[in-house]
Amino acid sequence: MLASDLWWLPENADWTGEIRALGAAPAAGWDRFMSLANCRMDFLKTERLDKLARNSFGDGPPPGMTLPAVRLAVLGSSMVSNLIPAIRVAFMRRGIWAEVYTNEFGQYLQDLADPNSALHAFKPNAILFAFDARHALGRMDASRDAAAADRVVEDAAAQCRQVWEMARQAFACPLIQQTILPIFPALAGNNEHRLPGSPQAITARINQRLRTLADEAGVDILALDARVTQDGIGNWHDPVLWHRAKIEIAPPMAPLYGDLVARIVAAQRGRSYKCLVLDLDNTLWGGVIGDDGLEGIVLGQGSAAGEAFIAFQDYAQRLSERGIILAVCSKNDEKIALAPFASHPDMVLKRNAFAAFIANWTDKATNLRAIAAEINIGLDALVFADDNPFERNLVRRELPMVAVPELPEDAAFYAQCIADAGYFESVRMTQEDFSRAGQYQANAERETARQATSDLPTYLKSLEMQMHAGPFDSLGKARITQLINKTNQFNLTTRRYAERDVEAAMADENMVTFQIRLTDKYGDNGMIAVVIAKPAPRPGELMIDTWLMSCRVLGRQVEQATLNLLVSEARKRGYHAVIGEFRPTEKNGLVRDHYVKLGFQEDGIDDAGSSFWRLPLETYAPMQTHIKIGEI
Amino acid sequence: MTDLEIMDGITEVVREALDDDTIILTPGSVAGDFAGWDSFKHITIVVATEMRFGVKFRTAEIESLKEIGDFVALIRKKKGT
Repeated sequence: MLASDLWWLPENADWTGEIRALGAAPAAGWDRFMSLANCRMDFLKTERLDKLARNSFGDGPPPGMTLPAVRLAVLGSSMVSNLIPAIRVAFMRRGIWAEVYTNEFGQYLQDLADPNSALHAFKPNAILFAFDARHALGRMDASRDAAAADRVVEDAAAQCRQVWEMARQAFACPLIQQTILPIFPALAGNNEHRLPGSPQAITARINQRLRTLADEAGVDILALDARVTQDGIGNWHDPVLWHRAKIEIAPPMAPLYGDLVARIVAAQRGRSYKCLVLDLDNTLWGGVIGDDGLEGIVLGQGSAAGEAFIAFQDYAQRLSERGIILAVCSKNDEKIALAPFASHPDMVLKRNAFAAFIANWTDKATNLRAIAAEINIGLDALVFADDNPFERNLVRRELPMVAVPELPEDAAFYAQCIADAGYFESVRMTQEDFSRAGQYQANAERETARQATSDLPTYLKSLEMQMHAGPFDSLGKARITQLINKTNQFNLTTRRYAERDVEAAMADENMVTFQIRLTDKYGDNGMIAVVIAKPAPRPGELMIDTWLMSCRVLGRQVEQATLNLLVSEARKRGYHAVIGEFRPTEKNGLVRDHYVKLGFQEDGIDDAGSSFWRLPLETYAPMQTHIKIGEI
Repeated sequence: MTDLEIMDGITEVVREALDDDTIILTPGSVAGDFAGWDSFKHITIVVATEMRFGVKFRTAEIESLKEIGDFVALIRKKKGT
């Protein structure tokens, strides 16, 4: 299955007709462009859509865009301009306006070094380094001994590290390093790795080394070498075009390449999907449980189709283990739908793998809304996998923000389809992600306990909650950065900070920072809240720059306990008031009244729409909660 | 495959690549006749033509593709008709 034409997206039979109509209606809205960008397309169509968008909107984002524009610089050593339209279209697919800059042929170093260069004038907020294989390896010599080959690997990697450093100093923006495309033919064959000077072997080693250095430097990798193992070098690289025009990546791969770039930049900005919602009949097993019964559904050993469904369940299970939330949305009677989870011996996924389980006869768009509400995430964090084209199209029409992969006919390719789509692209993986599945399981148990307990205070008391809070530290900074960049709902100001901003806050004694964890008798909820405060413009007042919390601990008095901590720290430092700020976004309506509820007094608004709130400390009495406080 | 069919196929590719559905090609047409058909777009058109007809042009053959008639003749030869 060649991913170059984005096979997880639906076909649009009238693509040409629609793009003509768009071209004839100059005032056509951005939404129609987005919808076309979310159809399957080859590189020609991609270039055409890009051209039309540039003609319609010029060089600036269309009015009313909610997501901040991307200004991406692609710094390459050979010809990369043929990839730019597909990169822009891939951002369009995600509702993001992108300006893409690329250097004059081969001139990336001059561009970086010269403060008067076009690159500096462009002011990128993301940079991708795209070095071709010949450039990365330099002079080749297959007779090199091991020590000389080591030097080649180190030199190539060190060169990358050096340009990252230059880029960091000049632009302080997220960086992406593309791995080297493995274009060199073998010299020795299967045991190529025993030939130290082999360009093929050295390419593989540089790519490994780049990963280590990138991890150390906080640079994210665009793993072209990994794609090549899947799509084949013959598809990614056409030597004819290299010889003719120094094009290393074959134009037909541009749509996939663009999508790979956009998904990393989106992930850096916290715009990845978080939850996989699964249909049941013919998605998790073959057949219809309501008609075929437990014995009749196709699942498990004994039939090839049955094993394919097992393999897909395995994939979903692995996703859940790495922190992707699972949910079920099925047209079934709930009791019947639950039966395989309870009694079918071949089921990989158990009921407790799912944070939400909806089986009824209501339409799926309504049910997806209910699932998003139940798990407390946005609809734009859902991926909906269903074998039924009718359901897929209904959801695409009703809820365009939900991702709906065009699952192939054969269940054997379901997992590959979802993987190729890159919905769950992650640049940072923390221990919290790995234990999330267990947390949702524990949530379900808490919910049962809550239903069994009649009044809330008794329930909260029974949870035996303990809060552990401390200032930011290097152990917590990856998770702190992740929370800062992906928390949308319980987030008072939605200010996004990179890891080095977190480090800067750690080093600054004037900053008051808290990372907060919560445990209870069912388990560890992990890090669930982050607070950053700094001296306010008015003397003696402490300003809350950032206050965010994971929605999984809503309604458990964490806010009150957090304020107690903050006030105590503020008093220790001699402040006499704490100032809160609420910056409204499309997603944080949940916390509009946060400061009122905590007893703050209104303290004005600013031109940008933020409201400010003041809490005098002389009269503040710590709020009563059922949470015990400990240190981290 | 007749020359006319080949010509129709190339026309579709060129129209899509240059985003202009009014383009009409003749055997004597050259890149310079059309706005936007630069050396860069030329690569796009060559690659898309290869995909369209399921053929692969050799490095040396691409050098010889000047007029649309050259495209047609080469594709005819490769398709063996």
